[in-house]
Amino acid sequence: MIVELQLNGRPVRDDVAPQTLLLDYLRDRHGLTGAKRSCDVQVCGTCTVLVDGLPVSSCCTLVADVDSRDVLTIEGFAELPEFERFERAFVDHAALQCGFCTGGMLLTTKFFLDAGLLGTNEEIRRGLSGNLCRCTGYHGIVEAVAELAGANE
Amino acid sequence: MTIIERQPLAHVGRSVPRRDAHEKLRGAAQFVGDFVVPRMVHGKVLRSPFAHARVVAVDASEAEALPGVVCVLTGDDLTDLDPYWGHAIKDRPIVALDHVRFAGEPVAAVAAEDEATAAAALNAIRVEYEELPVAGTIEQALADDAPILHEGPLRPGLFHGLGELPPREGNVCYRYRIDRGELESVFARADLIVEGEYSFPAVYQYAMETHTVVAQVEGEEITVWSTCQHPFLVRAELADLFAVPLASVRVVVPYLGGGFGSKSYTKMEPLTAALARKAGRPVRIQNRVDESMVTTRRHGMRCRMRTAMTNEGNLVARDVDCWFDTGAYADNGPRVTATGGDAAPGPYRWHAYRVDARCVYTNTGPAGSYRAFGAAHLQWIGESQIDELARRAGLDPLAVRRDNLCLPGEELRNGAKSLDADLIGDVEQAAAAVGWSEPKRANVGRGVSVGLLAAGAHPVSTAIVRLEADGQVVVLVGTTEVGQGPRTVFAQIAAEELGVDVEQVTVRGTDTRFTPYDRSTGASRSTTIAGLAVQRAARQVRDQLEEIAAGDPLEPTAYPELLRRHFGFTGGELIGSGEVAPTGTGSYAEGPVFWEVCVGAAEVEVDPETGVVRVRRTATVADVGRAINPQLVQRQDEGATLQGLGNALFEEMVFEDGQLLNDTLLDYRVPSFADLPNEMTCVIVENEDGPGPYGAKGCGEGALAAIPAAVVNALADVGVPMQELPLTPERVWRRIQTLKEEGKWPR
Repeated sequence: MIVELQLNGRPVRDDVAPQTLLLDYLRDRHGLTGAKRSCDVQVCGTCTVLVDGLPVSSCCTLVADVDSRDVLTIEGFAELPEFERFERAFVDHAALQCGFCTGGMLLTTKFFLDAGLLGTNEEIRRGLSGNLCRCTGYHGIVEAVAELAGANE
Repeated sequence: MTIIERQPLAHVGRSVPRRDAHEKLRGAAQFVGDFVVPRMVHGKVLRSPFAHARVVAVDASEAEALPGVVCVLTGDDLTDLDPYWGHAIKDRPIVALDHVRFAGEPVAAVAAEDEATAAAALNAIRVEYEELPVAGTIEQALADDAPILHEGPLRPGLFHGLGELPPREGNVCYRYRIDRGELESVFARADLIVEGEYSFPAVYQYAMETHTVVAQVEGEEITVWSTCQHPFLVRAELADLFAVPLASVRVVVPYLGGGFGSKSYTKMEPLTAALARKAGRPVRIQNRVDESMVTTRRHGMRCRMRTAMTNEGNLVARDVDCWFDTGAYADNGPRVTATGGDAAPGPYRWHAYRVDARCVYTNTGPAGSYRAFGAAHLQWIGESQIDELARRAGLDPLAVRRDNLCLPGEELRNGAKSLDADLIGDVEQAAAAVGWSEPKRANVGRGVSVGLLAAGAHPVSTAIVRLEADGQVVVLVGTTEVGQGPRTVFAQIAAEELGVDVEQVTVRGTDTRFTPYDRSTGASRSTTIAGLAVQRAARQVRDQLEEIAAGDPLEPTAYPELLRRHFGFTGGELIGSGEVAPTGTGSYAEGPVFWEVCVGAAEVEVDPETGVVRVRRTATVADVGRAINPQLVQRQDEGATLQGLGNALFEEMVFEDGQLLNDTLLDYRVPSFADLPNEMTCVIVENEDGPGPYGAKGCGEGALAAIPAAVVNALADVGVPMQELPLTPERVWRRIQTLKEEGKWPR
């Protein structure tokens, strides 16, 4: 089947098997390997991409379901001017270690910040709880996101 | 308090930004699953559905005939090899030969043009099994009529490092015993004795990146790109298995998506290489989470312990029996057992102790390394007994530790390195950080814990530092970047020694064809041992520069000019090499290289109506000698704290008749943002008492042993002593009901 979508701000048109998962499509067809595969059951968040601005688990989404929609991966996000602010906060707070979860973490953060839903530390913890990180213990990420959100302790 | 005068350092001791942050934040960092090797095909593994069975026949003819299938590997393809591997004990075939010993054991593997074809081909392989009785638990494996998993003598692996292996006794593949003093007479004279039986569950390391390997075999040349922490040990095992020289095996390690021990030693590399050998093309095998869960895990353990004290609060004796469930193959079980045995007495001045630790085969997935192994198993038990003794004697648990902990320089274990840390200072700081002396509300408790972990593994590392003609520096060192930040730390060390900026130093991943030998990335050893090799290599370059400069000032901006002076040409480079080996005297001749400090404290609140334990405050002590990058040290402790909370509160692999029941992240829960304590403190202690560069010693594991122990003690402080982990709400609630029936709740 043919799908047409906006991928990182550029129109793409591809012939795909109907059962193709968005994660495999991004990684194998477009070489966008920033979205990672881990749990396969929508728990870990490391495959997160934004579809029309909303975070989805690309491991459990058919590419057919994003036909004619707008998909943003971490590679696309990194090209946007606002990314620099995110990068600085995550670097300053050492909010990453192995980096495997980091792309998904940043995209989920972007969604919640865009939606104005991360006012307090409690909201940050709740909002990001669909993204797992095994290295950092989360503390640095909370600090970085709080700084981005202008949230107070 | 000792005041240490420090010479001012330019880069060491500063929280410089991670050198890999830019790549990782932008999704550009490459992991093994992210790249494609030309002509690469996809591998899938057929795994045994039975926990214990004879393999009567494997028929792959139908699968091999499917379009797109390149080949199917079975035991029949290994007749030209000695197909057994295992760094501690060579007990494991590349694929099952005639016997499967755990549910999930590889029986065959398919290579196909795409993953879907490979998956379809698995269904077309016919395997005839004959089920055997299952020893799914330690108790079943130790029973008189237990099925024996491995017949015949055990063969030592290349890196067992445990002296002469004792002979196998039934399903006990390794036994580690230590003792001191006249145990029974000391117990007989003691005033207070606490004893109990305890259990620690099997848990999963869950590195988010699953085990992934790409292998290519061309004649004698074997190349693997692997998610491995110990590339040089993998290289040696592959060379041994396929009977080729070390130089014919190339192991390349890009970034790893977490390890925590799950990627230590050899895992999926032999199977992938054997499949690639048959396919004649490069093959990638990428585990699913359920496959990685049966590739390696932490040992479940059962323990019987008793500890004795005098009425005055002198700890006098401890007696420990423990059994580690290593699953169907030894993996790192013998080392885990020995480290657990050394950790069991804890760092106290005992008159007598006895430890008897056994490593037991069962029909479950193999267990290996996981952060703070051994100490994580035993510390919570020993420390909870000390708190119970303190309660019975009416003493403050902190005071009992102050009076009984070993002091720096005191002998801990017969013949081992003496204590190299100020544990009393450490535990007092941890206690203060959770408000030890503040008043407590009802249902709120506080606990501390102290332990040690034999760290450093075998102290062999080498490094090469290259000063390029443009003044840039390249460090070649075999440490794996698992997330802990060695590339940043090594860049700081090289920059410090050569006077250049950290940004001028490049440290990349290991390629055993070019990178010099490093024993392994684990046991908290990299900053200490590989870091020392980097420091020595950089000093060699500095020495050469000084010679070339012949008295001229050594300004980094003048390095290109000095190289031109030396080579008479815009080119050439200066090469320094550094080595650490177990020679001479001191830390590198004794064992362990250093004792990693495992000190922590916690404050918890329990809801007696539901049994839910909420961890309000935690504190850990990173007693690191010298923090080369304090922010990275703090993040290590925080990461280990969260993993410790998972181990303490809810993580548990549930097996039934050897079958893993919770093999997805839906029903095996790991800590999320929601599990963060309200306050998490990391105290960094810098006494410059480590054997690494600038007095540094390793960290990153201790908190994972200390936190479960502190949480257990805090819960006991509320009045709910527990002898089984994890502290699930149901288990805690049931304990409270029992305490009510006994008239002990509320206390």
